[in-house]
Amino acid sequence: MKILVKSGRVIDPANKIDEKLDILIVDGKIAELAANIDAGDCEVINAAGLLVTPGLVDIHVHLRDPGQEYKEDIISGTRAAAAGGVTSIACMPNTSPVNDNLAVTKYIISKAREQGSANVFPIGCVTKGMKGEILSEMGELQEGGCVGFSDDGLPIKDGEMMRRALEYAATFDAPIFTHAEDLSLVAGGAMNEGSVSTELGLKGIPWVAEDAATAREIMLAEFTGGRLHVCHVSTKGSVELVRQAKARGVRVTCEATPHHFMLTDEAVRGYNTNAKMNPPLRSQVDVDAVRAGLADGTIDAIATDHAPHHRDEKNVEFAIAMNGIIGLETLLPLSLKLVGEKVLSLTQAIALTTCRPADILGIDRGTLSVGAVADIVLINPNKEWTVKAEELQSKSKNSPWIGATMKGLAVKTLLAGKVVHSRD
Amino acid sequence: MSFNPKHILGIKDLSADEINFILDTADSFKEINTRDIKKVPTLRGKTIVNLFFEASTRTRTSFEIAGKRLSADTVNISASSSSVVKGETLEDTAQNIEAMHPDIIVMRHSASGSCDYLAERLNCSVINAGDGTHEHPSQALLDAFTIRQHKGAIEGLTVTIAGDITHSRVVRSNIYCLKKLGAKVRIAGPRTMVPPGIEKLGCEVYYNLKEAVTDADCVMMLRIQRERQGATLIPSVREYARYFGLNEEKLKLAKKDAIVMHPGPINRGVELASAVADGSQNVILDQVENGVAVRMALLYLVAGGEKLQQD
Repeated sequence: MKILVKSGRVIDPANKIDEKLDILIVDGKIAELAANIDAGDCEVINAAGLLVTPGLVDIHVHLRDPGQEYKEDIISGTRAAAAGGVTSIACMPNTSPVNDNLAVTKYIISKAREQGSANVFPIGCVTKGMKGEILSEMGELQEGGCVGFSDDGLPIKDGEMMRRALEYAATFDAPIFTHAEDLSLVAGGAMNEGSVSTELGLKGIPWVAEDAATAREIMLAEFTGGRLHVCHVSTKGSVELVRQAKARGVRVTCEATPHHFMLTDEAVRGYNTNAKMNPPLRSQVDVDAVRAGLADGTIDAIATDHAPHHRDEKNVEFAIAMNGIIGLETLLPLSLKLVGEKVLSLTQAIALTTCRPADILGIDRGTLSVGAVADIVLINPNKEWTVKAEELQSKSKNSPWIGATMKGLAVKTLLAGKVVHSRD
Repeated sequence: MSFNPKHILGIKDLSADEINFILDTADSFKEINTRDIKKVPTLRGKTIVNLFFEASTRTRTSFEIAGKRLSADTVNISASSSSVVKGETLEDTAQNIEAMHPDIIVMRHSASGSCDYLAERLNCSVINAGDGTHEHPSQALLDAFTIRQHKGAIEGLTVTIAGDITHSRVVRSNIYCLKKLGAKVRIAGPRTMVPPGIEKLGCEVYYNLKEAVTDADCVMMLRIQRERQGATLIPSVREYARYFGLNEEKLKLAKKDAIVMHPGPINRGVELASAVADGSQNVILDQVENGVAVRMALLYLVAGGEKLQQD
């Protein structure tokens, strides 16, 4: 089975490639990259005028399966990924039941393999039941396919517990993904604390809730030598803390979401529950700092924190609405927007959504190296399109960008050489 | 000018002219409340639902009396007897009420933004009777009405509002209202009770009540909720009263003819010393009295105002 992707502008940051090339795929793997390959009798995909990059890697996704399939499941979630040009996702363990045991890990992996449209790499719980009391069996979970560990959304309060988690995970060279937030400082807040929360009369979440927790996690990573990944940094302070820690040689990585580099807490006005997330949308100073962190390499990856919620969970009073938005299908254009706004080079934007997040997980994806699995996306960078709820593949439609115009579209997504998404 | 708002959700979106129009309209209704027969037929045939998800005596009674004196049919629904306890959503509750064709829903709810939420989803008019810590427009309007009554005009006055600013919807509506009418607004409270960026609403911030009341024309004290005592905001009502309670000594720093206001219910000996609460400068009962006239004006204008008489 041979496929030739012809005449596209191939961008593969891991191999420092940015030129017009053909890619020959044989049996689902990349066999050759060269100008004008003559492959004889084979399927040809014309990529003239398109960007050809590794399939995107999103390391922060909530698939809601098992247990909350009314929001999303592995089938719909991976379809949303494919539609967004994403071929590999890491899914968070806060399902029902939570992914703290081999049975759930294997269920996710086998369902994704059999019925999914993207590679799914589960993240297991740090502690059993995400209760912050007893370590989960990380060794066995890793053997079963987990690529990292997190009690996402329920940050580990106890310092000793976090210390041991970092140490134990380091035994298996696995990263701990932390949702760095001091819940005692969140204190029931619903949006960023600032003049907008004051005006709207909504309880605020101060930036120090994130910074204080980020600082503790970094100190513990430095002390233990463990691998720390800070999820969705959203404040100027936490970006700076990671920057300083990296300079000291701490084994820390971090990610930022498109909403945290595109929107401020002004988006909450009108009590828009699709602007409610955790961490909350922050101020312009924070947005600028996140963008600077992406540009200078402090931030390692763009990840969506794709968090599907049912209409009924968002169509309520702001204070009781669920946190989070979907993101898989808007990741690509929002990342490319940073190129248009001259925050990132095109190569940087692709690296932040392919090889660099793959490196955090330690998975052999996110590159177009010869011999690599042929996860590829063809991008029309100039295509303008409107986000329409009825066209989204995700079961949930909780996006602040419904109705917005996006520039840049995944026109074809290949998973191990097989076309899993196609749109003009 | 004519002013026929569909909803009254907050003061923020009203202009000075619109506020003055409401106050002038209230002026014309005030006299009805002192008649022997306190009823006019203006809103005959209109149905008003007072939908209260939070306990309220003053505001609910005031709206109910206002509606009745205009001959509207008023129905009260309180949270304890509502379907909320059965797990119904706000949208479903409201749609069920609307199916019975009320003309106006007057709502109080603990969630900020809940009146905007309702107004977006219903066809009938919505009047905000207090949403969370966001706005309480009828209170600010009756406060402005009362200040105008005692001071003649609001422009150029200095008004001090003191208490738990963070958790007060009265403060937010009052800052908007008084600023639009040309007053200088000062707010005061312990730092734990002053939210960030409040000055952007157009007020000066003080953390010392004595400084805040000095030379003020009007001092508005907010109710301190006793349940905040011993939590993280204040150590005790005793200490609060010492630094942020208004007593005669502190009141002397204000202008000689300054008036003392309070949205009620007052905590004697906490934010207001009894001597001040019973003193000659307080206009608290005028506020309550004026509340009925102001709410009559709001109901009248939302129901169609002058158009009503033409029909």
